[in-house]
Amino acid sequence: MRFAGIDIGSRSIELIILEDGRIVDRAQTETGFDPLNRAKALLAEKSFDHILATGYGRTLFEVSYEAPTVTEIKAYARGAWQLAPGVRSILDIGGQDSKAIALTETGRVTKFEMNDRCAAGTGKFLEIMAEALGYGLEDFGPAALQAEKSLNINSMCAVFAESEVTSLIAKGETPAEIARGLHAAVVRRAVSMLQRVHQDSGPVVFAGGVACNICIHRLLEQSLKLEVVVPKHPQMVGALGAALLAGENR
Amino acid sequence: MGNDYRDMWQSIGLDLEAHDQLLDGLNQAYGDIYLTQENRPEGMQYFDFVMSEVHGLRIKELLDEKGAGRAVIGSYCVFVPEEIALAGNATLVGLCSGADFAVEEVDKILPRNTCALIKSSFGFKLGKVCPFLEVSDMIVGENTCDGKKKAYESLNHLVDRLYVMDMPQMKNEQGRDLLRNEYKRFLASVEELTGTSITAEGLREGIQTVNAKRQAMSRLQRLRWADPAPISGLDGLLANQVFFYDNPQRFAKSVNDLCDELEHRVAEQQGIRAKGTPRILLSGCPMAVPNWKLPSIIESSGAVIVGEESCVGERGNRNLVDDSGQSLDELIEAIVDRYFEIECAIFTPNQERLEQIKAMAANSQADGVIHYCLQFCQPYLMESIPVENALESENIPTLRIETDYGLEDVGQLQTRIQAFLELVK
Repeated sequence: MRFAGIDIGSRSIELIILEDGRIVDRAQTETGFDPLNRAKALLAEKSFDHILATGYGRTLFEVSYEAPTVTEIKAYARGAWQLAPGVRSILDIGGQDSKAIALTETGRVTKFEMNDRCAAGTGKFLEIMAEALGYGLEDFGPAALQAEKSLNINSMCAVFAESEVTSLIAKGETPAEIARGLHAAVVRRAVSMLQRVHQDSGPVVFAGGVACNICIHRLLEQSLKLEVVVPKHPQMVGALGAALLAGENR
Repeated sequence: MGNDYRDMWQSIGLDLEAHDQLLDGLNQAYGDIYLTQENRPEGMQYFDFVMSEVHGLRIKELLDEKGAGRAVIGSYCVFVPEEIALAGNATLVGLCSGADFAVEEVDKILPRNTCALIKSSFGFKLGKVCPFLEVSDMIVGENTCDGKKKAYESLNHLVDRLYVMDMPQMKNEQGRDLLRNEYKRFLASVEELTGTSITAEGLREGIQTVNAKRQAMSRLQRLRWADPAPISGLDGLLANQVFFYDNPQRFAKSVNDLCDELEHRVAEQQGIRAKGTPRILLSGCPMAVPNWKLPSIIESSGAVIVGEESCVGERGNRNLVDDSGQSLDELIEAIVDRYFEIECAIFTPNQERLEQIKAMAANSQADGVIHYCLQFCQPYLMESIPVENALESENIPTLRIETDYGLEDVGQLQTRIQAFLELVK
């Protein structure tokens, strides 16, 4: 039996197909403005017996594929538990949202926090800031990590932070130090979200596209004083969880 | 609502075009949220009718009452004692505050970071779309939260007769004295408004009328404790909302009729949803018509709401007034006794509210509590984190939601609520 999990996020769609508990296929695409058709395109020519959807586009998918769905919270929890059995805390920072999830010793979700309606401190925020400072997205984290000091950035709103960045540039501050300040701001926000779910025992699984950012990863470890585990494909954790749940739901 | 009421609406000063817009929105929302529910009790037909005529027949009734010499008093708070209004030959109605309206006009008067409920009450006035407000001979404001207290200073310029009632903030002897004095002052102002003299006899009758509707609501609430729940939370909330608009005697009878039907359902284990459906207790800010956003998300996500710890809910309508007093003073004291128990978040400390949430969660066999706050509602927001911590320390899963009347966060709320339901299952 082949079980597929699809995570239709705000910025990207991920697909994982499992056979006998092993990943046999993996795919990713941008969500664009027509998530359902993007998902259809991603699934074309893929073979699987059962599929389960998660992510913000799950309801659309549920209707047209008559597929079961779970929330991102449950899918990330399941995926992270698979990759790091025994993990008690998960941080996921995706394209437009972020969440902190606490698990029991058996892997059940006990508590979660999500950002409110705006995308402050998420992947989109870092993307806009990288552009404002003239970095490519891949270079942004490494550049910030190398900065000698961190500037204090207060705003987590992309619009306000951009003007804060502009005024720092005008003051002659270096782009790397501004970048470091922006990363530190994202981390402060993530840490307070994790602390609200009351987990203080490590390690923490860090998932979502922003987990690819080395500076965020390191600053999180420093700030939490805990081991922060980034899976090999951090964006795929939700899709993996969905595929596992597709099998377990049978 | 047909066109038969247009002359009436015009005569009381409504903006007909804006009012049509409001009613279209209201009817659409009611149709989408309420009339699509399956397996509703037949007794809800009465409430459907009330809602379809909420700005029509009910307003005509109020105008007829005014024609016969009664006064209409509008209120924004459950601390305004209906017993005293009734005893003074007046009808008390709750005023509209559950939807955004005339937002640009409101922004000229109130700061942006004012809660949606206060903004809405101004929007309905400035947009000239609330017939209850327009037919009111006196509007009672009350110094509960700072937002309302200061907003009444501005409302005073917009309405003919605003009466402001002061409110205690602590439940001690001084607080009680203040409430008693304020109720006496309110009694005198009702007497002055209607030119009547309130007697012990009249007040007792008022108490009995209001007790009857509170008893009916309490019966309804208890029936909702059954698993499977015999009625949806949306319909339970609707009864709580209609509580503020309807003729009190007719309302009590209609709720009791509904309860008769629900008793059969409970006896036959017939539920609005299957046994084992996740059961949610809502706690926090009041939800005025047509603020059905959160309950509709919760119930369409596969849960059933089994109680509202809210002013539009059990906090607002529980406890009766002792009607055994002989003198006016004794009866007023009994009214103070009853109202002083309300666990409103303007009181400090307010431990009783937490105890009440726990009791309601236990009684209603709730699997989890969703704590609902309007954005910028400081008193309930301040209580939300301690409430969450206290409930979770007793292993009652709790989800804190902060939102307003806008619909832009519906997708986000759905995810959070569905994840919460996955967790409590």
